[in-house]
Amino acid sequence: MPDVILRKTITTCEEIFHEGGPVAETPQKRGAILSIIANPFAGRYEPDIQGFMEDLKPLGLSMAQQLLDMLGGPDAIQGYGKGALIGEGGELEHGALWHAPGGYAMRQLLGTANAIVPSAKKVGGVGARLDVPITHINAAYVRSHFDSMEVGCNDAPRAGEIALALVMTTGARVHSRSGGLEARDIKGEDGLR
Amino acid sequence: MKAKIRKIAVNIEETHSEMGRAISPPTRKAVAVAVIENPFAGVYQEDLSDLMEIGAELGGLLGDKCVAALGITPEQAESYGKSAMVGEKGELEHAAAILHPKLGAPLRKAVEKGAALVASSKKMGSPGQVLDVPLGHKDAAYVRSHFDGIEVRLNDAPRAGEIMVAVAVTDSGRPLPRVGGLTTDQAIGTDGLR
Repeated sequence: MPDVILRKTITTCEEIFHEGGPVAETPQKRGAILSIIANPFAGRYEPDIQGFMEDLKPLGLSMAQQLLDMLGGPDAIQGYGKGALIGEGGELEHGALWHAPGGYAMRQLLGTANAIVPSAKKVGGVGARLDVPITHINAAYVRSHFDSMEVGCNDAPRAGEIALALVMTTGARVHSRSGGLEARDIKGEDGLR
Repeated sequence: MKAKIRKIAVNIEETHSEMGRAISPPTRKAVAVAVIENPFAGVYQEDLSDLMEIGAELGGLLGDKCVAALGITPEQAESYGKSAMVGEKGELEHAAAILHPKLGAPLRKAVEKGAALVASSKKMGSPGQVLDVPLGHKDAAYVRSHFDGIEVRLNDAPRAGEIMVAVAVTDSGRPLPRVGGLTTDQAIGTDGLR
């Protein structure tokens, strides 16, 4: 399978102090990392693509590690998500190759992370934005941690590129008050509650 | 602190290759943006000195954030820029009051020296709009390899009563500079121009 050719990395760290309500004692942090890589399958229909998942594993681990370093390490992380933007020379299925290497990289480095990693993917032009969904890392039904973060880059993805995203958060929405399952009440064993 | 900050975001862009050519070490740009309450939203205020003070606070805070995010020492910074986007209940002059009178001195402290004018842009905008922050060499404005820019946007800012204030710092110029002009090794960097 082809090498992973990295053109660009974009990291984003948001600190959210308030959103019109009381100022948080500890600001919520949301971090994203976006890697712009060459799409080895652009411009043609390639039936056999799964080998590229293996090639993406080291990139996934490196991206997850950079996110952890930015946000304060595994113990600080409470939510996560992933996504892919595929340039117009590729197809949606190419973005699906990110599910395993992206998701399992984060779960591996976090240690305990039992919930499925939510994801979004789409084909888009240069400058397209992707809303990456976020849920609690151990219990997908935790309502306070449903969130999302927008990622994108003005010069990507070009037609022959894919932009791969990982996102993590350090807590609930800053003024979470919509009820439902609370993080303090979860069992966190089945990944759901 | 005078500034009432709702949110701070820091973005780093690293370019590892371009047109199939490896960029080693990668060029790196940082932009730090603060979303603040506009104390004069919806009113005409003659005296803008509060906004000037806010500019002084944010010049240091955001400059330091960029330098820290790049993981460099202040003297390793090579170019800088500043911009503001005012939500619809403010006026362009609010951006000017933040950016021009007092933001520069603490920013220059954050990047050490900074003999050159800090390139700037300003506009009125709404949540999700793009703010393009211009970049120029921090000690010699004519260094051609370092004319650049970085885009920043936040999907939820600026709301009508807010202002987005951005500072950008790099440790490098464009990835593949080849349009000539003054180069970094020719620059003297004392008059801010050459």
